[in-house]
Amino acid sequence: MSKQIIVPFGPQHPVLPEPIHLDLVLEDERVVEAIPSIGYVHRGLEKLVEKRDYKDYVFISERICGICSFIHGATYCQGVEQIMGIEIPRRAEFLRAIWSEYSRMHSHLLWLGCFADGMGYENLFMNCWKVREKILDVLERTTGGRVIQGVNRVGGVSRDMDAAELKRILSEIPSLRDDFTELTRIFDEDLTVQTRTKGIGILPKDKAWDLGAVGPVIRGSGHAVDVRSTGYGAYDELDFKPVVRDEADCYARCMVRAEELFTSLDLIENAIDRIPAGDIMVPVKGNPSGEYYARAEQPRGEVIHYVKANGKKNLARHRVRTPTLANVPALVQMLAGCELADVPVIVLTIDPCIGCMER
Amino acid sequence: MSYLQKSPWIIHYDASSCNGCDIEVLACLTPLYDVERFGILNTGNPKHADIFVITGGVNEINKEVVQNIYEQMPHPKVVVAVGICACSGGVFRECYNISGGVATVIPVDVYVPGCAARPESIIDGIVQALGILEQKRHAMNAGVEGTV
Repeated sequence: MSKQIIVPFGPQHPVLPEPIHLDLVLEDERVVEAIPSIGYVHRGLEKLVEKRDYKDYVFISERICGICSFIHGATYCQGVEQIMGIEIPRRAEFLRAIWSEYSRMHSHLLWLGCFADGMGYENLFMNCWKVREKILDVLERTTGGRVIQGVNRVGGVSRDMDAAELKRILSEIPSLRDDFTELTRIFDEDLTVQTRTKGIGILPKDKAWDLGAVGPVIRGSGHAVDVRSTGYGAYDELDFKPVVRDEADCYARCMVRAEELFTSLDLIENAIDRIPAGDIMVPVKGNPSGEYYARAEQPRGEVIHYVKANGKKNLARHRVRTPTLANVPALVQMLAGCELADVPVIVLTIDPCIGCMER
Repeated sequence: MSYLQKSPWIIHYDASSCNGCDIEVLACLTPLYDVERFGILNTGNPKHADIFVITGGVNEINKEVVQNIYEQMPHPKVVVAVGICACSGGVFRECYNISGGVATVIPVDVYVPGCAARPESIIDGIVQALGILEQKRHAMNAGVEGTV
């Protein structure tokens, strides 16, 4: 029996764009246990809800995280609209779905790039980010912001897309699909990717369920769990089928995300086909009162925004359960028994978004 | 003419930012903006770095980490605060855990505002930092007190 040593990993580490700290307990090269400690990005923004008007707070909730910002804003709005009994225009719901899918693609491409970089495959990293810029161009053209869009409002959205814009988006989709096919092919077939991902970081199907994993992590372990299939917002009218893989390793989680790029494109085409004409915002009067759990599917999994209001212009409580936090127990499970050199790749496969997790 | 003048190495640290600025810093390195073609590299090692690019409003636990990275960097060094949070705390200024800008922890040379800061303005900030780096290098060579 060899001696155990503890290797600190992070908070400032080359593979991590964001700070998280893990204490890795090693026996030779094998990880026996991983002990996460967090708090490097905690800003305490849930508390800000007591200082800001509930309408202004939309912008704070978008800044929970710069990668999934649009969906955070939209989910917060969903919650507040629900307790105020506001029915937002159907067109606004469709626009939210289109922008949500664009932010999902930008997040997944970002992740695929960072993942390739984590494996030391820098060329692939650059290629993913090159394609991602095309998505950001659409987001910037239609909302005005590259990574933080700021178009969500309580009661709808602040910007519309005209017929010419929708047509332009449709015409760009085939070339995006070609780009995605090429990228997915590399992740699927390349020997470098295969040897670094297949059979590594196993999360068995039953464990994934017990530990309450969400998003691509649980879908990579064979459970079809996706909040979009509950049909919130415009998703009830769109043809959606969750992507599921059974391998339960790093490769499965990677391929779930790669295939979801195509699902997003299909959903956007679908939404543009069926988007109704009409207003994009309804006027909102008065202050909310009541409580609600709003759920939505983020690139990283299910997010829950709990909002509680008591008739004042400031909400009483805002609580966010973000997907990364739900996936940390699963990560600890995946790390136990792996080799030290595989730790960066495994940590990346839960798509850790520390900004979300700690808020 | 020094190699430092054109091709500084950068260390990036996320001190409680929302990620928006971080991914824009990374976007500067990727094909559309591609500052790597000028030899500007993102390094993970503070001892290799000339410019410290820092995002976010710096919370309590991060103060020590930021100071630690700053002290490990060799002279001359320049600090670029990217994003409005790093400049002043931004929307999170009133949060109980935020110190309100990088300048409360280490000296800042260049401020790049924006939420999120665009890659163009980040690159502009780095270019400004190059000038300051050069001045600091001259001052260091001339033996000005407090520069080493």
